[in-house]
Parts: sequence; structure tokens; C-alpha cells
Amino acid sequence: MEKVLTRNIGADLKPTDLAAYEANGGYQGLQKAMKELSPKDCQDLISASNLRGRGGAGFPTGMKWSFVPMGDKCTPGHKYLVCNADEMEPGTFKDRLLMECDPHQLIEGMILAAYTIGADLSYIFIRGEYVVAIQRLRDALAECYAKGYLGKNILGSGFDLEMHLHPSAGRYICGEETALINALEGKRANPRAKPPFPQVSGLWGRPTIVNNVETLCNIPHIVERGAEWFKSLGRGEDSGTKMFGASGKVNNPGCWELPMGTPIREIFEDYAGGMQAGLELKGFLPGGGSTDFLVPEHLDLVMDYNVIGKAGSRMGTGTMIILDDQTCPVGMVLNLIRFFAHESCGFCTPCREGLPWSRQVLVDIEEGRGTVEDMETLAYQVNYIGAIGNTHCALAPGAMEPLQSALKYFREDFDRHISGGRCPYHSPSRSGGH
Amino acid sequence: MNDAQMIQTDLTGLLTQQEMRQIDAELAHIPYKSGAAIDALKIVQAHRGWVSDECLQAIAKYLEMSAEELEGVATFYNLIYRRPVGEKVILFCDSVSCWICGCDKIKAKVSQKLGIDYGETTADNRYTLLPVPCLGACDKAPVMMVGDALLTHLDEEQIDQLFADKPSGGDE
Repeated sequence: MEKVLTRNIGADLKPTDLAAYEANGGYQGLQKAMKELSPKDCQDLISASNLRGRGGAGFPTGMKWSFVPMGDKCTPGHKYLVCNADEMEPGTFKDRLLMECDPHQLIEGMILAAYTIGADLSYIFIRGEYVVAIQRLRDALAECYAKGYLGKNILGSGFDLEMHLHPSAGRYICGEETALINALEGKRANPRAKPPFPQVSGLWGRPTIVNNVETLCNIPHIVERGAEWFKSLGRGEDSGTKMFGASGKVNNPGCWELPMGTPIREIFEDYAGGMQAGLELKGFLPGGGSTDFLVPEHLDLVMDYNVIGKAGSRMGTGTMIILDDQTCPVGMVLNLIRFFAHESCGFCTPCREGLPWSRQVLVDIEEGRGTVEDMETLAYQVNYIGAIGNTHCALAPGAMEPLQSALKYFREDFDRHISGGRCPYHSPSRSGGH
Repeated sequence: MNDAQMIQTDLTGLLTQQEMRQIDAELAHIPYKSGAAIDALKIVQAHRGWVSDECLQAIAKYLEMSAEELEGVATFYNLIYRRPVGEKVILFCDSVSCWICGCDKIKAKVSQKLGIDYGETTADNRYTLLPVPCLGACDKAPVMMVGDALLTHLDEEQIDQLFADKPSGGDE
């Protein structure tokens, strides 16, 4: 198939500098937009392409952008475009690759997004641990300023844009767009109440769009080659290609660009190479730590947002975490809940108190002290914390997804822990991490 | 002027010219001084390894915010250190993919070699060991960072070699 997002990424993972990016058709989308397209034209293209957010929620990008007040409808002042490069969803490793190997693709996408919504200031909010990506983006930004792709009067169009790199000080909740905005304002990253939505009142109270790295990387290609071309890339109902991946005890863990609508079996068997010798597939999280487990019977589903949704999970970030039959599912869920409990911002009680409670119940079960009543407690937690509306943001409901689906598919494993008074697996540890 | 304000005024002098210049560069594109809080904490930490109480008060004064408010920001983030750390911080990934791939054994090996657990620093001040959420290199699990270097496909032998100059049992 045609490579789009990874067309500049070779097996050697060598970074693409400005000259190499341009030599392979880079900044053609920007040239075209600055010469021929109005912001409205770009908006129409992205809406028509059916591009959906690649950060996990799958919200239509064109619709998100369309809520930004334009022209006379907008009060005078700045508008902001923010790239969410705070890749911290457990088991997700796609944006790192796109930024380390092809930083200009992201920057071109950001310039086009900013042009479309009329933003004059933009930020790349990147996790501080991504030191290689930070350096390469910094170099790429300098190249862009020198070449006139950033700054005043870009390519003679009259459009001005400044772009800044903001390495984060580290917290998972910064991936939530309003929490990210608070972090950019130098505050604790507690999510904000919505409405108002950031498109109307975001960074410093001004209209702001926050998009994921991979989402923005698609923009130059859609602008250059059109919405129909983009739609034709998908094999199912969704448009474009997607970075899919697999980690865990498979033969060939990795990250690959494939068409939307690729069957899970193809990703698992042909790309990830199936399970390591002696292991069977027990289940998998299709798109990161906050998605529900699916099981082998789901292998023939295709990776489309609605298809995975109907099966009771979410496509999320598209990077699958594979559970084998010799790793304890209780331990795996405990590891995840431990993470979410640690990363809760502490703002609302169900999340701040409920996640550590769930964690403690899981520790007891994993270490052989669990009781039958503990299963009722977990079921209560799933119903209470997992319900959207009981918590301030989506972190706690996301945390409940692997737990509720583990209770559904791996109930026997929980029961064996309780009846046997010990973990029946030779699992990597007794209690799912530190 | 009360005593507390006098103490803060004196502490502003703690920040070096270079630190203040770097903070000023951030302030250039931020509409309110307190908006540079995280940047300022990171700048001072980059020079000094961590953020002491005195430095925190000096930064708060410089950004015209209360020390309490800045403390709330500083302690919220995983990568702002409010206690001294060693020359290199080891960020050990203990998230789900690394856990499946056996990171607990690697963690035990690191702890055994260096004689430290999470949150501790070796007696020679070379390493501090901290857990970190998923480092986004799950296809190369288990992984950890030592300083700025990402180390992948970790096994116990590799840990032995990495800390070869440390006698088994570390500093204790």
C-alpha cells in the first residue's frame, strides 16, 4: 500500500531534515495553500476528508476546527494552535516515531492547521522524556524560520505564525486538552469544566485548537492531494491510514502505517508475527491502556472507530497491548489501575479516592487475600467510577475500561485467585509492578 | 514590609543572571508572568539538578506569584524534583508493556546493583532511581532512561554491564 505518514521514514530511522523533506515533496501542501487556498478552502477540505482525531477519541477534525470563531465573529486578539505531543497513554509509541524521524511533516501540518483557523501563535506540547524528538523539532523549527515557513508573511501570503516548543514537566492528565491548556498556562494540569470549549475559550481565554501529532501529520497530504484521495486510502468506513502497533510477547513488536479498516488479524499475524513460541493469545487492548480488552474471537474485526466501538472497546491510539496466556490478567489490570491512580489529578473525589481503592482491592486479590465480596466491590467501582458524568473528566472512566472488560472476559482468573488464595500464574511479579 | 516579604526579597538574588535571562526569554511569549512557572522551574532545575525551598521562593518572587501557588505547580509534575537527586536520574518504565515483558526482574537487578529502591539516591550521588509512566518505546520493552539516554531491550546481563563498576549490593 501507499505510505503517506511514513513515506520519509526508512528502516534505518534516519531523521529527515528540511532538504530531504522538500526533495520528497515536502511543503508542497503549504505552497499550494499559501498560493491558491483560503482558510475556508482548507477547512472544507479537512471536513470533506472525514479525518478523525488520532489521539484516541476519534473526534472529526474538520468539525472541531469549525467551532473556532472566524473573521468578524472573533473578537480581536490571538488564536492558538496546540499540538498534543504528550504521548503518555500506556502502550502507545506512534507519535515518538513520527516526531523523531519526520519533524517537518508535523510542522507543515501545524502551519496549515493554524492558517485554517487563523491562529498566529502555536505550541508543540511534548513530553519532557522525548529528548531526541525535542532536539529534532528544535532543529526543524530553526530551519523553518530561516526558510520563511514560519514567522512574518509566510511565503508572501501575509499570514504570520510563531511556533514554540514546550517540553512538559510530565503528567498523564496533560493529554486531556483542557488540562494541557492549564499546563501551558503554567498551572497545575487539572482539566477544566466544559463548556466553554477550548475552540471558543482555551489558552489565555482565547480560541484554541488542540490536535494530536498524528492527526496534524495528515493535514499536508490532504491539502496537497485532496479529500477524495484521502478517503480512498481506507479499507473500511474510515478515511486515511493510521499508525498501528503491537507490544507484549509477540514475535515482532513494532509500529506500522496501514490503511484504516485493516483487520486486527492482519496486524497481529502478518506484522506483529503472532505470539512468541509456547504462548497463546489470551486478549488484547486495541488502543492503549484505557481501552477495553478484546479477545481472540475479535481478531477478524477491522480497525475502524465504529467497528471497535460496537465490539465494546475503542480504537484509542491504535497501538495494541497483547496479553498472552501465561501472564496474569489480574496483574495486568492491577498494573494499569496503579498507573491511573498515580496519574489522577486529584480534583474530583471518585477518581482521587476510587482509583486507589480499586488498586488496593486488586492488590489483595493478586496477592491471595481476595474475598468474594471484593468482586462485588470491583463491580460497584466499574459502574460508579466508569459512568461518564460521575467524574470531572474521562481519566477515571478510561481507567475502568480494562477492569470492566477483564471482569467480563477473565472472570475465572479472578475467581481462581480468590478460591486458591494465590496467583495461579507464573506472572512477571506478584503485584503488577511497584 | 513584613518579615516574610523581606526574606523573599533577599532570596530573589539566588537566581543567576543566566537563569533570569532564560526565564525572560520564556516570558517574551507569555502574557502573564505566572504562565512561565513550569518553564522557570525546569530552567532552575536544569542548572542545579533540583529545586530547593529557597529556589522555589526566589522563582515565585520573580514571577510575582505566591510560593504556595508555585509549590502546588512544582509538586504536581513528575519531572520537577523538590528533593536532591543524583548526577543522573534513572527513569524506570514500569507501565503495562514493560511489565508484561518482565521489567520487575530488571528493576530488582538495578536495585540490587545500586543498592537503592525507588526514590533513593546512591551514596556516591551518581544515580537516583524513579519509576516513570510508559516511555513510549513499548516495542523495545523493557526500557529505562539513564539521564537523557533511552536504553531498550533490557536484560539482567545488560544491567550488570551498565553498572559494572558498582560492586553487587551497591553502596550499602
